[in-house]
Amino acid sequence: MGKVLMKGNEAIGEAAIRAGCLNYFAYPITPQSEVAEYLARRMPEVGGVFLQGESEVAVGYMIFGAAGCGARVFTTSSSPGISLMSEALSYITCAQCPAVFVNIMRGGPGLGGILPSQGDYFQATKGGGHGDYRLLVMAPASVQEAVEMVMAAFPLAEKYRNPVMILGDGLIGQMMEPVAFPEDLLSEPANKDDWATTGIGNRSGDTPNVVKSLFLDPVQLNNHNLLLKAKYDRMRRDEVRYEAYNMDGDYRVLIVSYGTMSRVCRTAIDSLKEEGLEVAMIRPQTLFPFPEKAIREAAGKEGCRLAVSIEMSMGQMVEDVERSIQGRCPVEWYGKCGGEVPTPEEIVDVVRSMLQK
Amino acid sequence: MGKTFTRPEALKDQHTHYCPGCTHGVIHRLVAEVIDELGIRGRTVGIAPVGCAVLAYNYFNVDFQEAAHGRAPAMATGIKRVRPDLMVFTYQGDGDLASIGMGEIIHAANRGEKFTTIFVNNAVYGMTGGQMAPTTMPDQRTTTSPFGRDVQDVGMPVKMAELLAALQTPAYITRQSVIKPKYINRAKKAIHKAFSYQMEGRCFSFVEVVSTCPTNWGMTPLDAIEWTENTLLSYYQLGDYKTPEPREEA
Repeated sequence: MGKVLMKGNEAIGEAAIRAGCLNYFAYPITPQSEVAEYLARRMPEVGGVFLQGESEVAVGYMIFGAAGCGARVFTTSSSPGISLMSEALSYITCAQCPAVFVNIMRGGPGLGGILPSQGDYFQATKGGGHGDYRLLVMAPASVQEAVEMVMAAFPLAEKYRNPVMILGDGLIGQMMEPVAFPEDLLSEPANKDDWATTGIGNRSGDTPNVVKSLFLDPVQLNNHNLLLKAKYDRMRRDEVRYEAYNMDGDYRVLIVSYGTMSRVCRTAIDSLKEEGLEVAMIRPQTLFPFPEKAIREAAGKEGCRLAVSIEMSMGQMVEDVERSIQGRCPVEWYGKCGGEVPTPEEIVDVVRSMLQK
Repeated sequence: MGKTFTRPEALKDQHTHYCPGCTHGVIHRLVAEVIDELGIRGRTVGIAPVGCAVLAYNYFNVDFQEAAHGRAPAMATGIKRVRPDLMVFTYQGDGDLASIGMGEIIHAANRGEKFTTIFVNNAVYGMTGGQMAPTTMPDQRTTTSPFGRDVQDVGMPVKMAELLAALQTPAYITRQSVIKPKYINRAKKAIHKAFSYQMEGRCFSFVEVVSTCPTNWGMTPLDAIEWTENTLLSYYQLGDYKTPEPREEA
């Protein structure tokens, strides 16, 4: 299959359609507005639904409504918009509805800036909204990977009846790369007659389906949370994805980095190799579930003196890296944010100086 | 002799949690009767609000989704856009719709979303225990306006039907009440119209129902009816505020 050169945001919109999702609600925000602009033209061509909501708050509930009545649906936004959608994410997760949310991260906090950042790691992996819930979070490092993750996200969301978030930094949305849309990632939406509000008359039986998140009885609410936790534990067991780089031989340093940042790290690792310093990298492709075991084992390998979490944030993922490594080696953090992206040269210097400490 | 009065099929056989003298039960019944009469129970989805009617799905014998506070119109939009064949209604109180959900209802109405909103206005927050609502009357005492609503401080009560009727998009906007049989009969007709317009795919339809809350007003049910008729209905005047253009015959 031939490749086409596409901007990340447009490729993400097309990927959803190619995955079999024809329903999209969104609100404009830089740096992801191209998704909405692309789908405003494209959805009518494929008989799909495009609607620009009045706010990200409202869009969150448009997604909830559409997902609750059994439709495949997704939205895209950027950091401040995801903050507003986080209310709905909490409700949707509790009500166990499948949906896909794409966050093309920009710098924060507050209005922050419009340039790439990875400052929403905590928001994506630890909550953002209220209550005990998790999203399945995937982080692409290229436009092609963004396409494949978006396409894979819909059946995953349906498998777990839980929202899936694609967490891309602004560069993933803005840069152009050649992409292909793998036909085998087109999937048939799951049958949702046993729980979704598809209309009593449109399925067998005569019992109303209720999509809700209210459990006034403490025992019931605890049990519901245990049910949700069991799903998250299943994700931890079955859905961890990561990529290892330069890990075949011995290495003195382990880098953990994701998204665009990991591509810069790759270049730095190649330079360090030429200089005779072996550095390995684990690139989490899922941020929740986090590749804890892989990172722990990699850090515990003979000769590994140091692990460094390199992020376009002030140190968020590093907490999960520390938690995973459990003291097997020292853990450091390096990063920049607000649109500043560390260069390969900077990372080379940082790794060298950290080793000399 | 045949049955002359029975529970609509669109209602379940359930004990009510609503307080004595509350009109939610009457409004539930009217909506259920209309669903039965139009034969749409099998394709109706209700949206429960946050407030006393959050448990509406315990009573209605149709599919239901439960929204967050004020967000029912956005949720209804999501459903109706992806499944236009479903009949969708939101059932919202005044705190839900006129305060925290003001943005969602205005934009859904302005887009002309083809669903129906039943807006139960009893001038007070019910489930949270009687706090001031945007629809609370001047000088009305509530737990958060213990000296009476001071309109110099928080403005005049919001008239939602009039506010929505100012929008240019075709819609059916009406205000009704259910405190006496004559009002109930008119309200029933209005709800029937609202659902019929949706069925025909014609317009957004909005039925405000001026209602009672004896518990939070600190009144007996009978006093509550009297206060509604004398005080609320003189400010919230009943009638149609906007009706869609008649359809040209083919």
